[in-house]
Amino acid sequence: MQESISFTPQLAASPIAEILWLIPALPIVAAGLAALLKQPRRKTAATLAIGAMSVSLLLSQVALAHVVGGWTQGVAVRETVNFAWMHAGATSVDLGWVLDPLSAVMLAMVSLVGLLIFIYSVGYMEHDENFTRFFCFMSLFAGAMLAVVIANSLLLLFMGWELVGLTSYLLIGFWYQKPAAAAAAKKAFLTTRVGDVFFLLGIVWLFAQSGTLLFYNHGGGSMERAALTALLAQPAAFGLTAAGAIGLLIFAGAAGKSGQFPLHVWLPDAMEGPTPVSALIHAATMVAAGVYLVARVYPLMQAGALAGGTTTALTVVTWVGAFTAVFAALIAVAQNDIKRILAYSTVSQLGYMMAGLGMGGVAVGMFHLITHAFFKALLFMGAGSVIHGCHEEQDIRKMGGLKADMPLTFITYAVGMLALCGFPLLFSGFWSKDGILEAAQHWSVAKAPFYMLVFGALLTAFYMTRQVAYVFFGHWRGGKTAHESPAVMTLPLVILAFFAVALGLIGTPAWPWFRAFLEGHAAEFSFHRFAEPGLLVLMGTSTVVVLLGLGLGWKLYSGDGPAPEDADVLEKSVPLIWGWLHDRLYIDELYGVTVIAFYGWWARVSDWLDRRVWGGLVAGVAWAFGLFAQFNRFLDNNWVNGGFDKGCEELVSGGGLLARVQNGRVQTYLRILALAVVALVAILIWSSRP
Amino acid sequence: MVGSTPLGGFLLVAALLFSIGLAGALTRRNAILVLIGIELMLNAANLNLIAFWRYGPHPELLTGMMFAIFSIAVAAAEAAVGLGLVISIYRHARTTDLDQMNRMKG
Repeated sequence: MQESISFTPQLAASPIAEILWLIPALPIVAAGLAALLKQPRRKTAATLAIGAMSVSLLLSQVALAHVVGGWTQGVAVRETVNFAWMHAGATSVDLGWVLDPLSAVMLAMVSLVGLLIFIYSVGYMEHDENFTRFFCFMSLFAGAMLAVVIANSLLLLFMGWELVGLTSYLLIGFWYQKPAAAAAAKKAFLTTRVGDVFFLLGIVWLFAQSGTLLFYNHGGGSMERAALTALLAQPAAFGLTAAGAIGLLIFAGAAGKSGQFPLHVWLPDAMEGPTPVSALIHAATMVAAGVYLVARVYPLMQAGALAGGTTTALTVVTWVGAFTAVFAALIAVAQNDIKRILAYSTVSQLGYMMAGLGMGGVAVGMFHLITHAFFKALLFMGAGSVIHGCHEEQDIRKMGGLKADMPLTFITYAVGMLALCGFPLLFSGFWSKDGILEAAQHWSVAKAPFYMLVFGALLTAFYMTRQVAYVFFGHWRGGKTAHESPAVMTLPLVILAFFAVALGLIGTPAWPWFRAFLEGHAAEFSFHRFAEPGLLVLMGTSTVVVLLGLGLGWKLYSGDGPAPEDADVLEKSVPLIWGWLHDRLYIDELYGVTVIAFYGWWARVSDWLDRRVWGGLVAGVAWAFGLFAQFNRFLDNNWVNGGFDKGCEELVSGGGLLARVQNGRVQTYLRILALAVVALVAILIWSSRP
Repeated sequence: MVGSTPLGGFLLVAALLFSIGLAGALTRRNAILVLIGIELMLNAANLNLIAFWRYGPHPELLTGMMFAIFSIAVAAAEAAVGLGLVISIYRHARTTDLDQMNRMKG
């Protein structure tokens, strides 16, 4: 919660910052080239996408190394490249990109996870006939996401943001032959659009107030002190300052993309897309974009906070996040689709990130975002591997005992699952979640979010244990036997599993490297922080909670599991609550009878208006013009035409007369000529008479 | 010789020649005879050119002679073109009757 300290202004951007635009541009160009390919050129498309992504990854690593290098020398690197996009009178709309710790970390994560998912897709989509189209969309998506990450202008960010929205629509509806996939794509697009409308309002308002959409521009950007002071002085409605109101509007956009309650409904349905899409969209990129956006505009969100205090915007972010975390975790308990469980888990974890941002600052939320991106991508791709191995079966009740059939998938999945649960000490999820819990514990406004998040952690451990027990333990309940996936799919899993463990090392309380890096102060290695009051207690609490969840899940589901048609263990004991949770707390149905019903009614009213009122108006005008036309025809027929016809006849007869002279007999012409000469001579002689 | 014959005599002969040529060109229906008439008229003009030159103020300059020679050269070319046209029309229409060649009217 502190501002960047040793920020030295960078007058000239370094070479890597100058070419930062290449990182999103390469995948977008690759997508364009892939779009021009003919359908059978599968290898070319995959090579293009993976090649472009590899170069982007390389550049991202160079950028990260540059920022880390500056940081170790005590410089908080923030290099921007801005340019005017268009001028209107005295004002101009600027675009630009920024290289700072936040964007560098995010770039490295997105391009690495993206590349692994691309490689994995080669195996997963092997038998799909639209392989080329798939890689085209994936590339475009990755490029758009990278554009969001490097943007130094809210407008450029919004452009990438909308491109992400578009490509998510295309990718979720990739198998558009399935009605469910087409509906899910539409739902995702429309739901995120609701948030985006607020986001756009926020952008326009911010532009109207501060005159720039650049984040950082050597003191003239909208996230810098001068603009923020002006925004704070400007009151808005409901006791909010303009800064707070704009922050809330932008958060609404972020909530739409990041699946926060009440705009979370699209995310579970989006599981209709191919599994690599789920991994890319719902783990590493699109849903993370919302959290990243809040982190990016954090100075705005935080503006006006007193020391250690919080602002209205951040309080809202916290409550929405904490509520979503528990709410989605509850629903995840009662789902049977392997990907749907992960989807609700993602919603829940995004809630954690938001709460972390709201209570602990950028570093806390972003650390969970990064670790979550790795282990959730791992889980989704593991789930994809399971689905692939089980011949497109997604119901966990029809699986079982897969740890023998798919050992590599099992081990990596277990790593991801333990990281997600926050299993103590070894896994990255433990440290990032603990960071959030610690922030919640010290939050000055209320203690409720802390208890909610602890309860969410318990539920997370419980539903993940349930899922793993169903899928990998017990005995096989499906039809055809499962098989292990090819190496092109398992290798990315192993790499991700490595990161799911190793990333924890950069965010432990003993060595808070990540936090120090983002906040721009030196990281020091010491175990003394563990001695701080409360920290060990907190770690102990979270350990106990996780173990409790794991144990509870194992106790209930470790047996052979019920047959697919049997009721769940929980369903037998608490059928009412189970029913609610299984039906997703009826949020979709609630929207069905409120929003959608209203729009249906409104559409019918509009239809009636169109047919009766506007249609009648148009028909009346048409009838009047018809009448006028009849009158015109009458005039034409009787007056105008007569005059014209007469004139034409005269012309024709005159022409006939003249044509008779031109009869084609040369001698006649000559005779006339001779007569004329004679006449001329006669006249000359006559007139020259003395 | 110049002194013995007055200018009027040459002009009279030229006028006669021209009238004969004009009459031929206007009355004959055979295209070749019309061409001959035109040649006669040209030669009447040439005779006038020579006569006016000899009786004019500067008989020592070769102006009239040059005019006449140019005119004869042009007339020769014109006769060649005219005959060529007549032959090609004849090939096309199997006639040289001018009254039947009336297809070039507007």
